[in-house]
Amino acid sequence: MVKDILVVKDLQVWFPMRTGFIQSLVSKEQRWVKAVDGVSFNIKDREIFCLVGESGCGKTTTGKAILRLVEPTGGKVKYYGEGKNTLMKEMLEDAVSKGKVTKEQAAKMMAEGGLDVRALQKGRMKRLRQKMQIIFQDPYESLNPKQSIYDIIAEPLVVNGIGANEAEREKRVVKALDDAGLRPPKDFMWRYPHEVSGGQRQRVGIAGALVLQPEFLVADEPVSMLDVSIRSEILKLMLDLREQKGLAFLFITHDLGVAYVFSDRIGIMYLGKIVELGPTEEVVKQPKHPYTKALISVVPTPDPEMRRDKIILKGERPDPANIPPGCRFHPRCPFVMDICRKEAPKAVFVSEGHWVSCHLETGTPAEPPPEEKKA
Amino acid sequence: MALLEVQGLRTYFKTQEGTLKAVDGIDFMLEKGQAMGLAGESGCGKTTAALSIMKLLPANGYIAGGRINFMGQDMAKVTGDKLRAIRWRDISIIFQGAMNALNPVKRVGEQITEPIILHEKVDEAVAMKRAKELFEMVGINPNRIREYPHEFSGGMRQRVMIAMALACKPRLVIADEPTTALDVMIQAQIISLLKNLQKELDLAMIVISHDLSVLAETCEQLSIMYAGKIVERASSAEVFEDPQQPYTKGLIAAFPNIHGKKIMPASIAGNPPNLIRAPLGCRFAERCFMAKEVCLKEEPKLVEVKPGHWAACHFVPPLRG
Repeated sequence: MVKDILVVKDLQVWFPMRTGFIQSLVSKEQRWVKAVDGVSFNIKDREIFCLVGESGCGKTTTGKAILRLVEPTGGKVKYYGEGKNTLMKEMLEDAVSKGKVTKEQAAKMMAEGGLDVRALQKGRMKRLRQKMQIIFQDPYESLNPKQSIYDIIAEPLVVNGIGANEAEREKRVVKALDDAGLRPPKDFMWRYPHEVSGGQRQRVGIAGALVLQPEFLVADEPVSMLDVSIRSEILKLMLDLREQKGLAFLFITHDLGVAYVFSDRIGIMYLGKIVELGPTEEVVKQPKHPYTKALISVVPTPDPEMRRDKIILKGERPDPANIPPGCRFHPRCPFVMDICRKEAPKAVFVSEGHWVSCHLETGTPAEPPPEEKKA
Repeated sequence: MALLEVQGLRTYFKTQEGTLKAVDGIDFMLEKGQAMGLAGESGCGKTTAALSIMKLLPANGYIAGGRINFMGQDMAKVTGDKLRAIRWRDISIIFQGAMNALNPVKRVGEQITEPIILHEKVDEAVAMKRAKELFEMVGINPNRIREYPHEFSGGMRQRVMIAMALACKPRLVIADEPTTALDVMIQAQIISLLKNLQKELDLAMIVISHDLSVLAETCEQLSIMYAGKIVERASSAEVFEDPQQPYTKGLIAAFPNIHGKKIMPASIAGNPPNLIRAPLGCRFAERCFMAKEVCLKEEPKLVEVKPGHWAACHFVPPLRG
């Protein structure tokens, strides 16, 4: 069985809403924007797991919360990659010396357990982030225009105090550029971001993540700003990195077409929750959730014969500050029933490793069932 | 007579390094009520071509040659009041990025009525009534006419933009990447809205996009641009069923097809040429897997290769007859 590198359970990111003065007199109740509201999934070693959804569904917040670039307000994030070992050892030694756990318990936790990412202090979190990196969406805005490519890529090394001297750092920068396909690296190193093309900029972003030799990458819409003709080059680069370096990916996108060709498993997100999750090919070819079906039907296709009936959902996604009761998709669902308005559906397995949260589907309850865990 | 006839259009930009030939001799025709798609990578000149028709070029851009015959006048030569009279009344444009194209400090109603009052010399009440009708047409509740742009979501703002473009009942609407910044679901809503409006109002439309599949769903005719030139032109169905030019083939192959097999699409290696020093021969030669010596020396002409299907490639034989 393939080992997990990351397990996310009931992840929750709620942002407090600012209330006006008058409103605070009327009601004491704190209202929340529930950007991520109970998301559970796991990512296996060398796996590409894809979160798909419309803007505002919480997919980017999920990615950031895993790296604690925004603080989760609930749930668990456990990391099982090699990078956990030294950190975990330190933490357990701390705990043993303080008498919180016995040596035997510590040894057992070390062998079986994952690193609780949310429990890490700031300094240790920074060290863990060397192993968990993120690639941002916009290669035009995520690179500092006043820094040379060398400086951009060397910065994480400087920040983390890696590399004894400049020569050593340069070696690692050259290696990262080469790994990201910017060859020969010396040609690119001293250029500025505006001097390279969009695709090359995204490669610079990837090189910046690779220079720390991570094990796990969050890629947040890394190709959506790029021309179609060069998208697959960047995707292929990431596949190569998986092959050569054993990287695992959390790939975040709104583009089902890209998710389909690129990922191993896919999770469809709607309004802060995953509504369907399974092997990519199965989810795309045999979607179960009405939202997944609708999303797949509206992907534009060049082939006129494939342009079957589209399920165009009316309206736009509801507000995460004001989540509808029952199934959160019910106001837009073409198959809505009475029960959907009252009761949130439980996740059920429809086949091996493929679960869906919809009242129309029956099957064995999926583990973890996001709703029950919270009660 | 065609509604719009563009012949040998060349639009250049003056830059520090020299003259950038963004559009370098393109021809196309558009009949009343017809929709044409203009596709290509960023920087291929598709937006410049459209802006030339509207004469909305930035200060360093100019039309260096060619004719833009729109309803019997050469737009390349029209200036001043005459140009203002045509703009927005007869030709209007839906800009890329609805987020930034609306004035944030003006109510949307005012922004829509402004051109109506200007062009049709009617009073505000009449214009407002029209604005409300337009809102209804594009699927927004007319009661929202007094709201500000920030109160609308992305998709709704794009609908406001469409209502604005239709304000003076134009003959020709140019839509520049109308769905690019939008989510798939909203994109589908906007595509179906554009299609319906085009049919209902018998509009001529030029849709510009890098996304071939969006164009295929909105337009009967497709022109593929590469480095300032049109390299292939045919009906949308023809382009997808039987592409002739290697670049077009590459673009189509680059699309992940969700209805097909789960395979990684091919990419087109390399970058488009620098248009300040455009290559002598075929502009695609450097990235083309079929390129031979002739491609580097001689520029292929856009010729009819099948009835109604035009392509520019040395290796595609022209139609006989």
